[in-house]
Amino acid sequence: MSNGYDTENSVDLAPGDEHVEGGVGLRVLGYLTGLALAILLTATSFFVAGTDLVWQPSIPVALIVLAIAQMGVHLVFFLHITTGPDNTNNVLALAFGVLIVLLVIGGSVWIMANLNHNMMPMDQIMQMQR
Amino acid sequence: MLGKLGWSVIPFDQPIPLLVGAVVLVVILGVIAWVIVAGHLPYLWREWITSVDHKRIGVMYTLLAMVMLLRGFSDAIMMRAQQAIAYHSNGYLPPEHFNQIFSAHGTIMIFFVGMPFVIGLMNLVVPLQLGVRDVAFPTLNSVGFWLTATGALLVNISLVVGEFARTGWLPYPPLSELTYSPGVGVDYYLWSLEISGVGTLVAGINLVTTVLKLRTKGMTYLRMPMFCWTTLASNLLIVAAFPILTATLAMLILDRYFGFHFFTNEAGGNVMMFMNLIWAWGHPEVYILVLPAFGIFSEVVSTFSCKPLFGYRSMVLATMAICLISFMVWLHHFFTMGAGPDVNAIFGIASMIIAVPTGVKIYNWLFTMYGGRIRFATPMMWSIGFMVTFIIGGLTGVLVAVPPADFLLHNSLFLVAHFHNVIIGGVLFGAFAGYNYWFPKAFGFRLHEGLGKAAFWFWLSGFYLAFMPLYALGFLGMTRRMQHYDVAQWRPWLIAAAFGAMLILIGIIFQVAQLIVSIRRRAELRDRTGDPWDGRSLEWATASPPPVFNFAISPNVTGEDAYWAIKAHAKQQDLEKREPDYVDIEMPRNSPTGFVCAFFATVMGFALIWHIWWMVAVGGVGAFATFVAFAWRDHDEYVIPAAEVARIDRAIIAERRALLGLAGSP
Repeated sequence: MSNGYDTENSVDLAPGDEHVEGGVGLRVLGYLTGLALAILLTATSFFVAGTDLVWQPSIPVALIVLAIAQMGVHLVFFLHITTGPDNTNNVLALAFGVLIVLLVIGGSVWIMANLNHNMMPMDQIMQMQR
Repeated sequence: MLGKLGWSVIPFDQPIPLLVGAVVLVVILGVIAWVIVAGHLPYLWREWITSVDHKRIGVMYTLLAMVMLLRGFSDAIMMRAQQAIAYHSNGYLPPEHFNQIFSAHGTIMIFFVGMPFVIGLMNLVVPLQLGVRDVAFPTLNSVGFWLTATGALLVNISLVVGEFARTGWLPYPPLSELTYSPGVGVDYYLWSLEISGVGTLVAGINLVTTVLKLRTKGMTYLRMPMFCWTTLASNLLIVAAFPILTATLAMLILDRYFGFHFFTNEAGGNVMMFMNLIWAWGHPEVYILVLPAFGIFSEVVSTFSCKPLFGYRSMVLATMAICLISFMVWLHHFFTMGAGPDVNAIFGIASMIIAVPTGVKIYNWLFTMYGGRIRFATPMMWSIGFMVTFIIGGLTGVLVAVPPADFLLHNSLFLVAHFHNVIIGGVLFGAFAGYNYWFPKAFGFRLHEGLGKAAFWFWLSGFYLAFMPLYALGFLGMTRRMQHYDVAQWRPWLIAAAFGAMLILIGIIFQVAQLIVSIRRRAELRDRTGDPWDGRSLEWATASPPPVFNFAISPNVTGEDAYWAIKAHAKQQDLEKREPDYVDIEMPRNSPTGFVCAFFATVMGFALIWHIWWMVAVGGVGAFATFVAFAWRDHDEYVIPAAEVARIDRAIIAERRALLGLAGSP
């Protein structure tokens, strides 16, 4: 994407913007860059998951970081979420969606953990029923 | 060949549903026969069924809601009658029938009355208020409506073919699992909501996009009428929440059809996950319903007080705050089901906090009325009735938001009284206010005022007589959904409630009469100005009913209360003299996609309920083929030539000039 700034066609392009006027070639290039990055991140995830080259407890954290990077690649290269002024709606919609997902998933995990915690162990329930 | 279907599924031994079903069938066949014989079918097909005009679709949504209101209300009055007589006796409804009735009542009232009513009004009004010619996705809009109608149809088929769910309006497992509900009742519930849920979702996407992307020149966010803001908030909630409902019900379907164990008792299933997920949708859902109603009240109160809305920006802020906080309170529906004090406390506090923005709104409406020149027309009556009623419902809501109080009141009739208090007093009164307010815009003549007010007074007094006793019954310890009871103290209250339901019935009869009388006397109730209430927003700037393209010239907005500004301006300048430059207008072509899709969806839903697998394939392939055919269409728009636009617009202007006594001026 970085070379997008040098070409004469893209006068005012926000980072992540699609080269609508730059012809098919540039657009395909953008998608290919995204594909390459996505494959790289996926391959790295699979590699990290099975390796013993890194400190073992760091593997889950590494996977999470790679997953978030993967989301970023998808948003920028495939969904064209940019920082440009005409993209405010998309960014806000994304922010709203992320917030709701966090609320619902975070809330559900918290609630369900709390319910499980408060539940009497199964053998005691069985005893009560006897 | 026919799955579980056979003659045994038609309840020949139960006279009530059979008789009702027969009467309804005769009425429907009669109407269809009349339409065909009188030659209205081509008109109906061309102008309504295949229409992608947001106004027509809005009217059809509203009509669906009003028809389903009759069905839902007859369930209600049957339950009230049963409980009034079932003291030390079995009443007239056997338990399995009674259980189907309360389940159908809740399902119908929320999904097929509340939702279509508010979505219909939003569809009708929002593009007009934004000053645009259509919604963002006109054909998708039609698909959304027809899928909603499919859901309603499936629920009604269950009356005669098979049975409906006996699980309540939310099918809590494990009762709704195959082990405890082996019949097709829950399947009817699941598939009708899965299909109509898709319809609601596309309606939500469509309206969000419309508000965000299609606004006329100068219509910035903070110049939008309040109803557009509440539409935006409500539809954001639809887009965020309805996938949760679809996914949760899909999991229950997997449990029932393929032996999965999401919510079963055994094999690691967790019933509490269902409660959690269904209410993560369910609480936003009540705000999906009530936010548009708040918007309607804002429009009505400001118009009939002849004042701009008080505290417009605080109202916007309150709306968006509700939009967000509504996703942080869902646990309060199951305080008593095992969560610890910390979880309960936090969700309890959040539930109390959400009352604050709502309170802000109430004060804003009161201050809008303060010092205004109030006209007590029917929509305003509903709004004032709402304010009084909703405050009571809101306060009892804050009461049950306190977890220790909820432990006493959970699942009692107090709770039933509370949510009817906010849904009838909020959503339904709002829908009726909007119906009376915008009816002249949709059809070009006003509704009869006297009958409208009579309906209002019977509804209001009937509501109080029907539901205030339920608060008392809740304190007396009566739980909801009881088919019979042995407590002498409860009986007088239940009889009073039954009389309340009778008053509401009279109110509904007056509403039907109002519609019939208004249609018969439409000549004298004609609205020739397009602005019968001295309105403030852009929907009143065009004719009633509006031409198909809404506005000949896209309006240019320079401030809040756009049409009020235009009128003030016009009075100074003695109407605009210069003829605008008319241009060709492109409008979307009508399309049968929605209707055909919904037809196949109905076939598929019915087949899935009865396990008729070949028919499932037929329905699925048909719906997909319809979609493909639509996607490959060549012409999706037609052009209204500038000359035609000019002719229609000149006629509108000439009529207005004549009314203003300016006939002579050029």
